[in-house]
Amino acid sequence: MRGHVWSVLVVSFARGVSAEDDAASLRRIRARALVIGLSVTPFGVSFGAVSVGSGLSVLQTCLLSLVLFSGASQFALVSILGAGGGVGSALATTLLLGSRNGLYGAGVRGLLRAPAWLRPLAAQVTIDESTAMAFAEAPAGFAASAFWSTAASVYVLWNLATVLGALVGRGLGSLSVAGLDAAGPAAFVALLGPRLRFASARVVALVAAAVAVLCVPLLPAGSPVLVGGGLAALAAVARRR
Amino acid sequence: MSTLWVAVLVAALGCALLKQLGYVVPGRWLEGARVRAFVDVLPVALLSALVTVSTFASGTRLVLDSRAAGLLVAVVLVALRAPFLLVVVAACAAAAGVHALSG
Repeated sequence: MRGHVWSVLVVSFARGVSAEDDAASLRRIRARALVIGLSVTPFGVSFGAVSVGSGLSVLQTCLLSLVLFSGASQFALVSILGAGGGVGSALATTLLLGSRNGLYGAGVRGLLRAPAWLRPLAAQVTIDESTAMAFAEAPAGFAASAFWSTAASVYVLWNLATVLGALVGRGLGSLSVAGLDAAGPAAFVALLGPRLRFASARVVALVAAAVAVLCVPLLPAGSPVLVGGGLAALAAVARRR
Repeated sequence: MSTLWVAVLVAALGCALLKQLGYVVPGRWLEGARVRAFVDVLPVALLSALVTVSTFASGTRLVLDSRAAGLLVAVVLVALRAPFLLVVVAACAAAAGVHALSG
């Protein structure tokens, strides 16, 4: 009997502790989600400014952040269009960059186990940040809360930052006077940097950069990115076989 | 509808659709090692191509202008793991400076 009481006490104490742990974990996850959201705002502001400077309207710029909602794809689109590139090349590059989100979805959907009605919403906010947080917190059993809190934070702050950047960009006028024509290259370097940890990735990056720049005088504007990037990616995959 | 609107709408809806596909296609379609490797390596290849083209292309000509100064600053700061804000602001400042100096 005594033993039973003790075990009940121990179990309820342990439950209390673990409930407290859960609450602490959720607080930690929400704080991290907020920090991640804040960290994308400079990127959102520069996207907004560069997009308007490239000739898109404020409405078009905001629609991209609301509907497309994937930073690298959005920046690629306005950068290629702004440089006078063809719509076909711009779209192909944008969609190829966006295809990784589909692959993320296939990986993350098993962690979320979202009900059917929530899946379209989950898919729309499946991006680098939300996917990374879901996988990081999955071993502790917090994949879903990590995913949703990061997605909400990034979605809201990304869109607010875009509006701000677009309005700033409208007031700035010429991109090159403000140095904003360097925002695209700088953003692409910042996005690329963390992906170059492995030597194989650095080789792909060098080949893509070189082929693309060599194609500039030879091909219609916009297509060198697609040709350089596409060929380097295909070559990397062919070499692995 | 202007070409720009077509580009914006197709890009936005197309990328949104790609995200939806990830939740509906059977998992085994994406399990192929080659498909996975290709999609894994694409961002590195495309972003890297975007770096050089957005810096050195002016239409179909190769040029060396103030953007190259911005790129140089960005590469150094990213290698030092500087935050995004600093990378972009410093790169833009460098480019604006060179643009002003070169008139």
